[in-house]
Amino acid sequence: MDFNDTPEEAEFRAEARAFLSQHLKPKTPGALRSGGREDFLARAKAWQKTKAQGGFAQITWPKEMGGRGGTVMQQVIWGQEEAKFDAPTGPFAIGLGMCVPTVIAFGSDEHKKRYVEKALMGEEVWCQLFSEPAAGSDVAGLKTKAVKDGDEWVINGQKVWTSGAHYSDYGILLVRTDPNVPKHKGLTMFIVDMKQQGVDVRPIHQASGGSEFNEVYFTDVRIPDSDRLGDPGMGWKVALVTLMNERLAVGGSPGPDWKEIMDYARSAGTLSNQAFRAKLADWYVAAQGYKLTKFRTQTALSRGETPGPENAIGKIINANHLQDICNSAIEMQDHYGLIVDKDEAPSDAIFQESFMWAPGLRIAGGTDEILKNIIAERVLGLPQDVRVDKDKTFAEMN
Amino acid sequence: MNFDFSDDQKFLRDEARKFLEAQCTMAHVREVLDDDSKSHNEGVWQKIVDMGWLGAAIPEEYGGLGLGMLELCVIAEELGRTLAPVPFGSSAYFFAEALKLAGSEEQKQALLPKVADGSVIGCIAVSEGPGETSAGNIATRLNGGTLSGKKIPVTDGDIATHAIVLAKDGSGASLVIVDLDQSGVSRKPVKTLEPTRSHAVISFDGAAAELLGEAGNGMPLLDQINDRAAVLLAFEQLGGASRCLEMANAYAKERQAFGRAIGGYQAIKHKLADMYVKNEVARSNAYYGAWALSSNASELPEAAAAARVAASEAFWYASKENIQTHGGMGFTWEVDCHLFYRRAKLLAVQAGSPAVWKEKLVSALEAKND
Ligand SMILES: Cc1cc2nc3c(=O)[nH]c(=O)nc-3n(C[C@H](O)[C@H](O)[C@H](O)COP(=O)(O)OP(=O)(O)OC[C@H]3O[C@@H](n4cnc5c(N)ncnc54)[C@H](O)[C@@H]3O)c2cc1C
Ligand SMILES: Cc1cc2nc3c(=O)[nH]c(=O)nc-3n(C[C@H](O)[C@H](O)[C@H](O)COP(=O)(O)OP(=O)(O)OC[C@H]3O[C@@H](n4cnc5c(N)ncnc54)[C@H](O)[C@@H]3O)c2cc1C
Repeated sequence: MDFNDTPEEAEFRAEARAFLSQHLKPKTPGALRSGGREDFLARAKAWQKTKAQGGFAQITWPKEMGGRGGTVMQQVIWGQEEAKFDAPTGPFAIGLGMCVPTVIAFGSDEHKKRYVEKALMGEEVWCQLFSEPAAGSDVAGLKTKAVKDGDEWVINGQKVWTSGAHYSDYGILLVRTDPNVPKHKGLTMFIVDMKQQGVDVRPIHQASGGSEFNEVYFTDVRIPDSDRLGDPGMGWKVALVTLMNERLAVGGSPGPDWKEIMDYARSAGTLSNQAFRAKLADWYVAAQGYKLTKFRTQTALSRGETPGPENAIGKIINANHLQDICNSAIEMQDHYGLIVDKDEAPSDAIFQESFMWAPGLRIAGGTDEILKNIIAERVLGLPQDVRVDKDKTFAEMN
Repeated sequence: MNFDFSDDQKFLRDEARKFLEAQCTMAHVREVLDDDSKSHNEGVWQKIVDMGWLGAAIPEEYGGLGLGMLELCVIAEELGRTLAPVPFGSSAYFFAEALKLAGSEEQKQALLPKVADGSVIGCIAVSEGPGETSAGNIATRLNGGTLSGKKIPVTDGDIATHAIVLAKDGSGASLVIVDLDQSGVSRKPVKTLEPTRSHAVISFDGAAAELLGEAGNGMPLLDQINDRAAVLLAFEQLGGASRCLEMANAYAKERQAFGRAIGGYQAIKHKLADMYVKNEVARSNAYYGAWALSSNASELPEAAAAARVAASEAFWYASKENIQTHGGMGFTWEVDCHLFYRRAKLLAVQAGSPAVWKEKLVSALEAKND
C-alpha cells in the first residue's frame, strides 16, 4: 500500500504541472466566479484551445481523434493537477465528457470530421438535451417527438434543465420517433444545431437565484436524417452510452468542506462546542471516505480493472454532506447567518451560497433515490421495482 | 498510487476465509453462547494458534511469522466476519502490540514468543466504572511494584494469562504488566451484552507488577496502544458489517411479503444501499488506517480515529438494520442477527466509545491545522 506515483506517472504529473503553471494561476477562492458570463466563456474557450494544442485535452482519446492516446490514470492525474489551478473548464464538461464521445461512438465519418476537432479546440460548445418536464428520472418517458418528412425529421416539444444551452452551438437530442412501442424502444438520438430556426432557449430562474440552466423549446425544427446517431428506435442504447461516459469525477468536493467549517468555527470561537466537534468528526470521516474510495477506484483503474459504482456513492455522500455542513455553518452564525451579502457575511458567504446550491446537487445527474435504487439493483442484485408501464406502448400510457 | 492490499495479502485473505468458514461456523460461536461455563471456543482457538496468526505481526526474532501489520488487518477482517469466539484481539491487537511498542528487550523476549505460540494469552485492563477512563478517575494503584485495585470489565480477562493494567502511580498513571497466575490476583466472570466473548472482573491485592514503558507515562502510552488497536478493531468491525449486509441481502431476496420478495420494496432497498455506502466509507477509512499503521506514518492518530469512527457507525447501522430486515425472525435467539448486534456493541465501546474517538479525531485535526 502506498500513495506514490509510478516513475512513468510521476513523469507525466511533472509534465502536466509544468504545462499548467506556464498557462494558469494557482487556485484562489472566488477567482473563477469573478468576471461576467461572457468573459468566463471566452476564457474557457481559450483555455480549452491551449490545452488541446499542448496535447492535454481528452487524454484517453485516440490520437486520430485529437486526443493523447494516454491512459485513464494519466487522465486522473491531469484532473488532479488541473484542479489545483484556476482552470475554467465548466462549459466543456458535458460536451467533451458526454456528448462528443457519443458522436464518436455512433456518428458517421463526416460527423467525426465536422464536429470532433472543433469541440476539442474549444471552438464549439455542446449540451445534452434529455430531461423534459414530464421525464427526468424516468427519462425514457419523454414526449418531444420527431416525425419523418422526406430526408428530414421535424421536431416538436420541450426540454428542460439543459445546462449551458444558452451558449451551446450543438446538442445531442433524445426524442420519440415511435409512440406505438414500449417507451424505451421508440426513442432516437440526433445531433441538433442549437442556433437554427425554431430552437428557443429560455433561461430558468433557479431556486439559487442564478440562471445556468434552460428550457429549450422546439417548434418545427428540421434535422436532416444524416444527423441521426444510431438507428431509429435505438435511442435508449445511445443514451446509455452518453450516461456511461459521465466523466470520472476527479475534482474535490463541490463546495466548503470540513476544513472550511473548522476554520470558520475557530475564527468564530465556537470550535470548543462539544456538539459541533462530534459533527465535525463525522464530516471528516465522510469526506475521507469519499476521497479514499476514489483512491481505491484509481488503483483499480491503474491495474486495468473496471471500477464499480463508486461515483454513485460519491454523489450520495457529497451532496448531502455539503447541505449539512452549510446548514450547520449558518446555524452557528445564528441570526447573522441569513446574510448573503459578501461584504457582510463571514467566509465570503460561501456557506450561504452552497446552501442554496446543495438541493440541486441532490437532484442533478440522478437523484439520491435513483442512485440508491441503482446500488440496490445493480450492486446488491435486489429485484427491480415493479414497472407498470413495462409491456405497454408509450401511447397506451399517455 | 496503490491503495489496496497486495496479491499475497489477498491470497492470505482468501485462505483465511476458507479456513474460518470451515473451522469457525456459527455453530462454534453458539457453543460459547449457550454454555455459561465456556469463556471461548477452545477447539477454534487451538486451530487459530496452529495457523500462527497470533504471530502474524510479531517479528521472527520474537517467534512470530514476521509478516506485518497489513497481514494482521486482513486476518482481523476475516475474524470479524465469523464472530470468532476467541481472545485473539486482546492478545494480538492489544497485548502484543503494546509490547512491541513499549516493552523492554527482556519483556519482548520473554512474552512475545509465547503470545505467538498461544501459551501466553494477553489482555488489557483499563475500565473501572461507567464513563471514559482517565488518570483522574481510576482507583487502582501501583505501589513499589505491587498493584491493588479492581478492573471491570476486562475483555477475555478470565482466560488471559497476563494483563496490561492502567494504574495510578504517584501523581500520574502508569501501565504495568501483570502475570495473572499469582496469589494477589482474583477474578470472576462478569455477564455482558456479548456472551460469545468472555469478560471478567479482576481484583488485585498486592499483586506483583512490572512497568511497561516509563513510570508516569501511562496515559500517552495507552493512547498509542489504542491507536494501533483501533485500526485492527476497525477491520474486525468491517468484517462484521459486511456479513450483516450479506445476510440482509440474502434474506431480502428470499423472504416474500405482499406477493413479492421484500428486497423489491424501496424501504428495504434503500436501507441496504445505505448499509453499502456506510460499509464502503468504513472500508476506505480502514485501509487508510492500515496504511498509516504499517508505515508508521505521523497521520496514525487521525487515521486510526477516522477508521474507528467509520467502522463503529457502519457495524452499528448494519447490525441493527439486519435485524430489522429479518422482521420477527430477526428477534429470535436462533437466528444469528443478534449475535452481530452484540458483537458490534462490544467492538464499539472496547478501547473507547465512538464519542471518545470523535473527540480524539477533532483534537488531532486541530493540532494539525493550527
Ligand atoms: C442543476 C441541474 C442541472 C441539470 N442539467 C441537466 C442537463 O444538462 N441535461 C439534462 O438532460 N438534464 C439535466 N438536469 C435534469 C436532471 O437530470 C433531472 O432533474 C433529474 O434526473 C430528476 O428528474 P426530475 O427533475 O424530473 O424529477 P422526478 O424524476 O420527477 O423526481 C421527483 C422525485 O421523485 C423521486 N423519484 C422518481 N422516480 C423514483 C423512483 N423510481 N423511485 C424512487 N423515487 C423516485 C426522485 O428521486 C425525486 O425525489 C439537471 C437538473 C438539475 C437540478
Ligand atoms: C416482540 C414481538 C411480539 C410479537 N407478538 C405478536 C403477537 O402477540 N401476535 C401475533 O400475531 N404476532 C406477533 N408478533 C409478530 C409481528 O406482528 C411480526 O413479526 C411483524 O408483523 C413483522 O412480520 P414478519 O416478522 O413476518 O416480518 P416480514 O413481514 O417478513 O418483514 C421483514 C422485513 O420486510 C419489511 N417489509 C415487509 N413488507 C414490506 C412492504 N410492503 N414494504 C416495505 N417493507 C416491507 C418489514 O418492515 C421488515 O423489515 C410479534 C413480534 C415480535 C417481534
